[in-house]
Amino acid sequence: MAYPQAARPPVPESTPAEPALQPSVKVILTSADVQRVIDRIAHQILEKTQGAADTVLLGLPTRGVPLARRLAERMSAFEGIDVPVGVLDITLYRDDLRRNATRAIGPTELPSGGIDGRRVVLVDDVLFSGRTIRAALDALNDVGRPSSVQLAVLVDRGHRQLPIRADYVGKNIPTSLSESVRVTLAGLDDADEVKLFTGGRQ
Amino acid sequence: MIRHLLSGADLDPATATLILDTAAEMATVAGREVKKLPALRGRTVVNLFYEDSTRTRISFEAAAKRLSADVINFTVKGSSVSKGESLKDTALTLQAMGADAVVIRHPAAGAPHRLANWVDGSVINAGDGTHEHPTQALLDAYTMRARLGRIDGLHVAIVGDVLHSRVARSNMLLLTTLGAKVTLVGPPTLIPIQADRALAPGIEVSYDLDAVLPESDVVMMLRVQRERMAASYFPSAREYTRRYGMDGPRMARLPEHAIVMHPGPINRGMEIMPAVADSPRSTIVEQVTNGVSVRMAVLYLLLGGK
Amino acid sequence: MATYLIKGASILGAEPTDLLIRDGVIAETGRGLAAEGAVVVDAAGLVALPGLVDLHTHLREPGREDAETVESGSRAAALGGYTAVCAMANTSPVADTAGVVEQVWRLGREAGLVDVQPIGAVTVGLAGEQLAELGAMATSAANVRIFSDDGHCVADPRLMRRALEYVKAFDGVIAQHAEEPRLTEGAQMHEGEVSTRLGMTGWPAVAEEAIIARDVLLAEHVGSRLHICHLSTAGSVELLRHAKARGVRVTAEVTPHHLLLTDQLVGGTPELGSPAVAEGWSPDGPYDPVFKVNPPLRTATDIQALRQALADGVIDIVATDHAPHAVEDKECEWAYARPGMLGLETALSIVLDVLGPQWDLIAERMSRAPARIAGLDEHGHDPAPGRVANITLVDPAAQRMIEPDDLASRSRNTPYARMTLPGRVVATFLRGEPTVLDGKAVK
Repeated sequence: MAYPQAARPPVPESTPAEPALQPSVKVILTSADVQRVIDRIAHQILEKTQGAADTVLLGLPTRGVPLARRLAERMSAFEGIDVPVGVLDITLYRDDLRRNATRAIGPTELPSGGIDGRRVVLVDDVLFSGRTIRAALDALNDVGRPSSVQLAVLVDRGHRQLPIRADYVGKNIPTSLSESVRVTLAGLDDADEVKLFTGGRQ
Repeated sequence: MIRHLLSGADLDPATATLILDTAAEMATVAGREVKKLPALRGRTVVNLFYEDSTRTRISFEAAAKRLSADVINFTVKGSSVSKGESLKDTALTLQAMGADAVVIRHPAAGAPHRLANWVDGSVINAGDGTHEHPTQALLDAYTMRARLGRIDGLHVAIVGDVLHSRVARSNMLLLTTLGAKVTLVGPPTLIPIQADRALAPGIEVSYDLDAVLPESDVVMMLRVQRERMAASYFPSAREYTRRYGMDGPRMARLPEHAIVMHPGPINRGMEIMPAVADSPRSTIVEQVTNGVSVRMAVLYLLLGGK
Repeated sequence: MATYLIKGASILGAEPTDLLIRDGVIAETGRGLAAEGAVVVDAAGLVALPGLVDLHTHLREPGREDAETVESGSRAAALGGYTAVCAMANTSPVADTAGVVEQVWRLGREAGLVDVQPIGAVTVGLAGEQLAELGAMATSAANVRIFSDDGHCVADPRLMRRALEYVKAFDGVIAQHAEEPRLTEGAQMHEGEVSTRLGMTGWPAVAEEAIIARDVLLAEHVGSRLHICHLSTAGSVELLRHAKARGVRVTAEVTPHHLLLTDQLVGGTPELGSPAVAEGWSPDGPYDPVFKVNPPLRTATDIQALRQALADGVIDIVATDHAPHAVEDKECEWAYARPGMLGLETALSIVLDVLGPQWDLIAERMSRAPARIAGLDEHGHDPAPGRVANITLVDPAAQRMIEPDDLASRSRNTPYARMTLPGRVVATFLRGEPTVLDGKAVK
């Protein structure tokens, strides 16, 4: 999928001496927007899976976990069904383990009944290079054998480095590599919000 | 993250807790379909054992393989330098082979520390003479936490030949770091000089096992060798067992929830009676199981990152 | 033999003066001396001491020439300011016969860098069972007067009594390595907090003190002289003080390492008897066998007691216990390493750090008293006209960082590597001939 390149800022005629730029912040999704988006994804999952039978949601830490829980809660509110939710920690499957100091691993909690023969919907907040999802697929492989795997993300910011795509996308946000997307969720953070940071460090 | 694990003193509370938490996650691998994690793929772990110890070596081997590391076993029969290659030359060979970690068990205290001078990789002390055995202390702490829910505030009695026990030394350090209260129990001849000061603050010493039992949450029995009689550490095996052996009546004097531990191998009838070793209070078997998870955690934390 | 004119030296800290050395003796001292054809040695700023005498050195020859030879050890001694050393008997073969002591004596003369006075073993093969032929060694060309099983204790009290009595016939003295062997079986280091923490079998102070207590009483009973090697504990100092007060003819030595290094070094902690020396220095990790020695390094409290005793004379002399070991005997696991440290080339610097520039005291402890105990008449006399010219010239203001590779010894096991110590021996004269000039051995 091709995304329109962000417009390049014009080069000034002369470059005056300036202090380091402060990163600028733009709110992409407000709290109300986030709630609506979650509702829409919940509806989409219900629609595409025809009622989410034999389906489990696995949240990828950190923010994929509360997101998965809220999706399950909305799906239950809409159709009165209980979709099992679990946590899949992918630390040990990362392809960049050696490049950084040792990372602490988090808990993996599979819903009761496991994932064998069921449809797994991986849930994460931001889809970027796709490497996290690749690691999640490898982790899933060692944990069981789902009948199928789908992916739901709140934000897709482009710049895929692997052939990975999401089945359910809350919002497509075209970004440049020097920008970063931050998702905050009520309960874990102060409020639901998606912000885009420009300038400053990645 | 620390580079080597040579002593219980290398672990501050945060690192020790991280190892225990990581071990808990590693333990779930045993219940999975594919009992493997890719985290240490391409890493080489060498087991350098100068002492016979099938159990510990297999535990480390299993841990390394579950993390997809390559394992090389280097068992050296006859540890006298004059019989074989010096430790330094062995170290240089391992270095040349590209060992990322060397797990060493050696009859001389301090051998892992010397080895650490000669290799670039990580050194893990699997028991150096009568000095320390840090991964044993970690799996003991893990077992306590799994059974009793915590370590902070526990009263732990370590009973037996403390003087010659590397397990005791590592446990004294680690348990104190994690907030437990340690009491050493044994005949005066088997309690090291200045033990209450030398290792960690707050350690107590008692020569009366029966007095300590009612207040103990954990009783850790240490192996006592009969050969110590020859050097007059105690007059006879019978007298030792009478005064410091863990039997049924003594077990009954423990609080309801208290557990009995032993690093193994046990001397049935000497420091611990069969009835105790086989009772539900005994954690001897699960200590072995926990050993693999704890060693997986140690290997991952030392080798998993940069 | 050349004539030497030493100009501007301060004899034992006095006003600078000149010394004229001719035909092996000090011909003249005074200001503004001159002599035709004399080799001038500029000694401005230097202190002149009587040539140092070491009562306790291991030269390893015959048997372990890979670690040291009489020649290399002599060179190390000369560079340390020594003009005489007593070579311990635990060679291979043991120096328990006239033949072996004469061999060592001859090797010393051939090297010609220091007077080597062989020490004879007390018992055959150092086995502690049967007296060696002490008389034969005494009347040999080596003229042995000091007998020691050093490395081992003469543990059998009856044998020790016999030895003390027997040597009275030729004014000999037994030098005891005080260590009750059954209290130190398997011992690796001092028994205390550090050994408990490091999990190693300890060498308790009482193992030394029990033998000293016994031997001073024996010496008193039979009316003999007694010398105690390498005193290392505060308790031993007290026993010695008590014995001397009773009039027992006992002398004792302390090594430089027991005046500076503590057992904390074995655990990797840089605790030294002199905090200034410890500045910016630390051991190369724990369990470094360079710190393994017999008797072991003890605590700071012991060091304080030893220093005080050296200052007030309860301890008579400083002796190095220079113990060279090949690399493979030190670069290994602690339990397999051989105990012992180098000492000849660093002793004076350490004593200068411990006592300060008290030159008269230093001369007494490192030259006069050892020469008296060993019966070496040509040594241990302050430089003065008529005396044999055994002289050491030292620069007290110099500071040097100890580099193992720079040492003249064949071995490298010095515990002072990377330490900065005061003082430097600039020249040493043995019977009027220089063995060291400008800080370098002449041969």
